[in-house]
Amino acid sequence: MPTDGVNKKRRRFLVATTSVVGAVGAGFVAVPFIKSWLPSAKAQAVGAPVQLDVSSLKAGQLLKVQWRGQTIGVLRRTPETLKLLPEVDPYLRDPESLESDQPPFAQNEARALKPEYLVVNMHCTHLGCIPQFVPQVGPQPFEEHWDGGFFCPCHKSKYDMAGRVYKGVPAPTNLRIPPYSFIDGNTLVIGVNPKGAV
Amino acid sequence: MAKPASSVAKRANALWNWIDSRLPVSAFWNATMTGYYAPKNFNFWYYMGSLALLVLVIQILSGIFLAMHYKPSAELAFASVEYIMRDVDWGWFIRYLHSTGASFFFIVVYLHMFRSLLYGSHRAPRELVWIFGMLIYLALMAEAFMGYVLPWGQMSYWGAQVIINLFGAIPSIGEPLTEWIRGDFFISDATLNRFFALHVIAIPLALLGLVLMHLVALRENGSNNPDGIEIKANKDENGIPLDGVAFHPYYTVKDIFGVSMFLLLFAFILFFWPEGGGMFLEPDNFVPADPLVTPLHIKPVWYFTPYYAILKAVPDKLMGVILMGCSVLAPFFLPWLDRSPVKSIRYKGLWYKIMLGVFAIAFIRLGMLGMSEGTPAQTIEMRIWTFVYFSFFILLFFLSPRGKTKPVPERLTH
Amino acid sequence: MDKKLFTCFFSLVALVVSLPVFASEGEGLEHANVNIRDTAAIQRGAQTFVNYCLSCHAASYMRYNRLAEDLGLSEEMVMENLVFADAKIGDTMTVAMSAKDAAAWLGKAPPDLSLVSRSRGADWLYTYLLTFYQDPNGGWNNVTFPNASMPNVLWPLQGIQKPVYATHDGHEVVDHLTLGKPGLESPEEFEDTVRDLVTFLEYLGEPSEVKRKNTGVWVLLYLALFALVSYALKAEYWRDVH
Repeated sequence: MPTDGVNKKRRRFLVATTSVVGAVGAGFVAVPFIKSWLPSAKAQAVGAPVQLDVSSLKAGQLLKVQWRGQTIGVLRRTPETLKLLPEVDPYLRDPESLESDQPPFAQNEARALKPEYLVVNMHCTHLGCIPQFVPQVGPQPFEEHWDGGFFCPCHKSKYDMAGRVYKGVPAPTNLRIPPYSFIDGNTLVIGVNPKGAV
Repeated sequence: MAKPASSVAKRANALWNWIDSRLPVSAFWNATMTGYYAPKNFNFWYYMGSLALLVLVIQILSGIFLAMHYKPSAELAFASVEYIMRDVDWGWFIRYLHSTGASFFFIVVYLHMFRSLLYGSHRAPRELVWIFGMLIYLALMAEAFMGYVLPWGQMSYWGAQVIINLFGAIPSIGEPLTEWIRGDFFISDATLNRFFALHVIAIPLALLGLVLMHLVALRENGSNNPDGIEIKANKDENGIPLDGVAFHPYYTVKDIFGVSMFLLLFAFILFFWPEGGGMFLEPDNFVPADPLVTPLHIKPVWYFTPYYAILKAVPDKLMGVILMGCSVLAPFFLPWLDRSPVKSIRYKGLWYKIMLGVFAIAFIRLGMLGMSEGTPAQTIEMRIWTFVYFSFFILLFFLSPRGKTKPVPERLTH
Repeated sequence: MDKKLFTCFFSLVALVVSLPVFASEGEGLEHANVNIRDTAAIQRGAQTFVNYCLSCHAASYMRYNRLAEDLGLSEEMVMENLVFADAKIGDTMTVAMSAKDAAAWLGKAPPDLSLVSRSRGADWLYTYLLTFYQDPNGGWNNVTFPNASMPNVLWPLQGIQKPVYATHDGHEVVDHLTLGKPGLESPEEFEDTVRDLVTFLEYLGEPSEVKRKNTGVWVLLYLALFALVSYALKAEYWRDVH
């Protein structure tokens, strides 16, 4: 079987072409398998945004709902509460929420789209327990400079009425703010950011 | 080495040498690919081995991804398959890969086995290649049977019911045996769950081991060929068979082409005809399993129907089971039944061509009858073809030593 | 020599295999002539299904939001026109009636219809929905599915058909049906309505059907290219052998 006089160039070209075409095909075939790992339609339905009518919420009342396996707190704050927020800034680890996790519209003192409503992921940023709601203003056994907030029983982390974490506690960052928006004045949608909002 | 090696190439070379001095990579490559010589006259029938390997890979890959979403419980199984078909991204594609692959596995394997009957690939010294192949076939049938139960449709349930009940025909141990197989007093969640474990882990492992043995046994003597002569009888001064070509690159490129043609057919079915006219995905299996409602026609999937016809041909349950068992086991003995001095059909007389042709028709016709209702006329026909089926093996034993043969060439022809 | 053998075998096989295909099932069924790419038909069929069928028959493998996406409808449109209970857009099309209640009230729980087009076929469904009639004692019956426990829920549209009996081999059978009392639609209009409904049912059985076929075209084109390229590679190397 003669192997001299073989057109090596043509063979290299054909091998290269076949390899490239084959690799492209292999790449395309991989796509369905990889995509099959994405959250299925069922997971997306279960993880769908949660709508809430906030008009029934009384001032100072905290309502808890489930979204994507997380407990989300919706707190209707009074003007007094909002006024007191800057007071505890010196005792907080991240008062301007520079290190913490929230949508851009919530990077403010009140950590909210509409200051009246705090929409917050209630899971302590230390190890995930749900803190207790302690709205009373005034020194507490666990914290002298207290204007209301959340106290985590597991490892004693403390947060203010905007979910911002105090210094000197195990929790590293402020409570997370989930994506949310308002459809009209009264309907809160947890899971969807405001359209066009940055 | 005309060009000076770049530092990347030098590093790659060093890495390669590091690996190769610790694992026999290049030795293995040489022994199985570049230094392994196969007859140069392989034809259409010789694509089936590599295609069977391809389908095995397809089944394993698609099977793994199906198992990520499938729920092996009687309550959830059917819904989980529809979950895959509708809610999982590209789930329908993965499901059809697996269902189409199952049927194509048998198409390829039947053609692969038929090649052996044409050219005598099961004859000495390749008997063990054939035996391992037959064991693969048995394992494949078990795998396909259990796999079909998993969607838990009407046909899954009732097909399992019928086949497992066959074991009840065995005298005295029959009933306790079927209870042991089912894990319950009736086909239930217990049965489904254990079939899942066997289908996903146990039999695939066995299959991989058997395929390995099959290939090792093949490599020991090398492939047969359409002329049925041994290419190692004529070697050149380097010890390379004159009628052989190195497996790599000649058969690697040829098999890649074979793969592309196969995939064209496979993709056509998958994307445009996945139900296969009701043969690959049966209509009754789109109805959830209902122990209280028996389907009108309980029949196994097409690749089992030839044996099912033989079972139905016999009026007595136990005798039917025994005869069906014999029909599956008969091919095991082929290496010793065919005593012709000549291996390939090309050099056997007309007697063998007729026998083999009639046998093929019998197998296909039995398969079609196995799918039918079983009217009296059809039952008579089933009995005739059952007789033909077994006659092939018996006649082969007696006719092969004295059947007319033509002179066998010294060197390979086409 | 082998080519002749090959063609001989395969023509024999082809002959033997092709024979029964001509005696295919489906004799006596009307042809539904479904066009699965007719999105408007599926939309109309969905409306019919939700209005007439969904009160008893669930389609519990179908999600409303998928209907929206596949049929080019907005989620608001789907919620307004197709969702009646307090289901959410991501929910599946279930019925309020539990299976137990259904069995108690109707004798047998009406089956889920998600996959009925894959188990019965479009032609059967089409014929079934066209062949309801009222027998002499006023009860509903069906030529395609005798003694089905389902009443003809579409009778306001179809009208009421009456059977004309004939004697075959000593048995009295329904020979054909006539329209006794006309409905809101003419027979042609009703056939279109049923065709749309069956089109929807086919979509319901396999929502990814159109995507499957469209993907298939591209896959086959790619594979044809790959076959060409790999053949050139094979032929080039095998020049050494020939």
